[in-house]
Amino acid sequence: MPLLRCEEAFDRFFGGVDNPLRHLGALGLYLLWIIVGTGLYLYAVLDTGVAQVYSSIGYLSEEQWYLGGILRSLHRYASDAFILVMVLHLVREWAYGRYTGFRFYSWITGIPLIWLAFASGIGGYWIVWDQLAQFSAVATTELLDWLPIFSEPSARNFLAPDTVNDRLFTLLVFIHIGLPILMMAGLWAHVHRIAHVDHLPSGKLMRGTALALLVLSLLKPALSDAPANLATTPAETRLDWFILFIHPLTDLSSPAVIWALLFALTALLFALPFLSRRKSAAVAIVDPANCNGCARCQIDCPYGAVIMAPHPTRRSYQVAQVDADLCASCGICAGSCPSSTPFRSREQLITGIDMPQLPVNALRADLELKLAALTGKTRIVVFGCDHGASLASIAAADTAVMRLICTGMLPPSFVEYALRTGADGVLVANCREGGCEYRLGERWTRERLTRQREPQLREKVPVERLQIAFVSANDSRQLHHILIEFRARIEAEADSTKKLQPYLRRTAHHA
Amino acid sequence: MLKPAAAIVGQAVLYGAFAAFIGYFATDPVYRQIPDDVALIKVSFSHLGDRECRKRTQEELDKMARNMRAPMDCPRERSDIKVEVDLDDKNILKQVLHPTGLYKDGISTMYKRFEVKAGEYKLAVRMQDNTALEGWRFVKEEKITLKPAQVLVIDFNPDKGGLFLK
Repeated sequence: MPLLRCEEAFDRFFGGVDNPLRHLGALGLYLLWIIVGTGLYLYAVLDTGVAQVYSSIGYLSEEQWYLGGILRSLHRYASDAFILVMVLHLVREWAYGRYTGFRFYSWITGIPLIWLAFASGIGGYWIVWDQLAQFSAVATTELLDWLPIFSEPSARNFLAPDTVNDRLFTLLVFIHIGLPILMMAGLWAHVHRIAHVDHLPSGKLMRGTALALLVLSLLKPALSDAPANLATTPAETRLDWFILFIHPLTDLSSPAVIWALLFALTALLFALPFLSRRKSAAVAIVDPANCNGCARCQIDCPYGAVIMAPHPTRRSYQVAQVDADLCASCGICAGSCPSSTPFRSREQLITGIDMPQLPVNALRADLELKLAALTGKTRIVVFGCDHGASLASIAAADTAVMRLICTGMLPPSFVEYALRTGADGVLVANCREGGCEYRLGERWTRERLTRQREPQLREKVPVERLQIAFVSANDSRQLHHILIEFRARIEAEADSTKKLQPYLRRTAHHA
Repeated sequence: MLKPAAAIVGQAVLYGAFAAFIGYFATDPVYRQIPDDVALIKVSFSHLGDRECRKRTQEELDKMARNMRAPMDCPRERSDIKVEVDLDDKNILKQVLHPTGLYKDGISTMYKRFEVKAGEYKLAVRMQDNTALEGWRFVKEEKITLKPAQVLVIDFNPDKGGLFLK
């Protein structure tokens, strides 16, 4: 997919954590905070008289360029960047098909935010009351008047110089502050069904973005056009194409065409989740008898689909409950469950929370089967996921491949189990940083296997026999190279690396 | 990921491209709304159409409750408004404005914008706010000189003598 290739090209320079294309939502929120912060200063110094709005804003750029001028420029450029990031975010989520099933709510709640963002942006330009503001105000009201919503044409408010008064700007400021507040409430709803939300991008990304906008503000400060004069019309305008592109479009077509386009596009965005024929996968199921109420699944679920409720039979205990509407069917909860350990001696391994399409018991049985079939000097088990690098090409007599829904569903104890039941090494093909289909699978896997998160890989497992690769669906060749190097390293260090005591479940003393 | 030095250079280039992209499209390309030699004429009204009132007879008033004895009987509905604008004897606007409201008792409004070449014109505006009557109740004829980019507004206000230009 071109978009994925583009993101991966950015990975080369930024890495996954600081890659702006992988954190567009958080970057958008950050830009919004810049807009709000700079806007507060602009609001404080703004005089809402007809002549004074122009002079008070102009004063910032001309007399107080070192503070007010820069803040004004940051306000404008951050707004443009916000629109750009918002559109990229929309396109990215659409391109990855992230608008159906459990993502339905986030998709739907994002659509009104687009309208609010443009309404806030367009209204913001009017407050300067220069020729661009005049052009936009007249063009917008003419567009609005095509809709039968006003008893008298709103464009009459901008008919002649004497039709504009001070109260208009008080109203505009009120709207320009009110709409972003409404947008923030909408953003709260937009991320409401997501756990561990990235409210801000990484520090490096924030500093880089702020620096880029600051340099732009210094090199090309935002300035006002000539003052508005409704007795004339500006023949030429230096348009902000990010926010005001709708005006030339209206001139090229007609208000009817523009409204038809806008409503059709909005309806299409709302309809997309319903048009998709993608089948929803089976959701996680809880077995209360094997759930000890530890809440790790609740903590790790990327979409807040797991809640803890009173245990049906054990007093003062809790049990996990899955909200089927929110469940992404990723299996990360199964990977977090301490009952998912394959070392349990029961013939039928039933864990506290599991995926019907790939139960932990089936995973253990499959692993045992593949380990028994492995031959060769250095036998390696590779765990990968449905959305990551292809494993089929690396399967061989000495390499067993295990495909999971997400690597986040891999309980760390499976790594130890593989090493104690015949494998010389375990390679986990994790997604690239920030590239997990289920947001957090890559991160949780990395943290669990590096003993930073429960359930941890036990201390006695030699790290030399474990390799974590960060590869995407486009990195199959790279995974192949990593496997070759890993095998060579194990063979080179075979004498110095300790081997775990073998374990055979069926003959274990407690079996 | 690339080596740190190469990565920093790459990041600087990409952040620079981002800033350049934002900076350019924030003001450019310049948009030309109208040609240099063009002026605008805006015709805009917001006016209540007239209505045909009738004086009640004494007999009618006597039949009514004391508190309802209004001397004039006025229908709720307002008349349509007819408007015509000619420029150099050539008609550029001919429209009938209907009253707003479910009962057709609201104002009639219009807003039209015309682009014309700058220069001298003979302007004639005619308006009738009672279509039951023949002819035109308000007429304004004037020689106008339009400068490039000028906006001439044709409005109506009964308190200002009817049709007026600004």
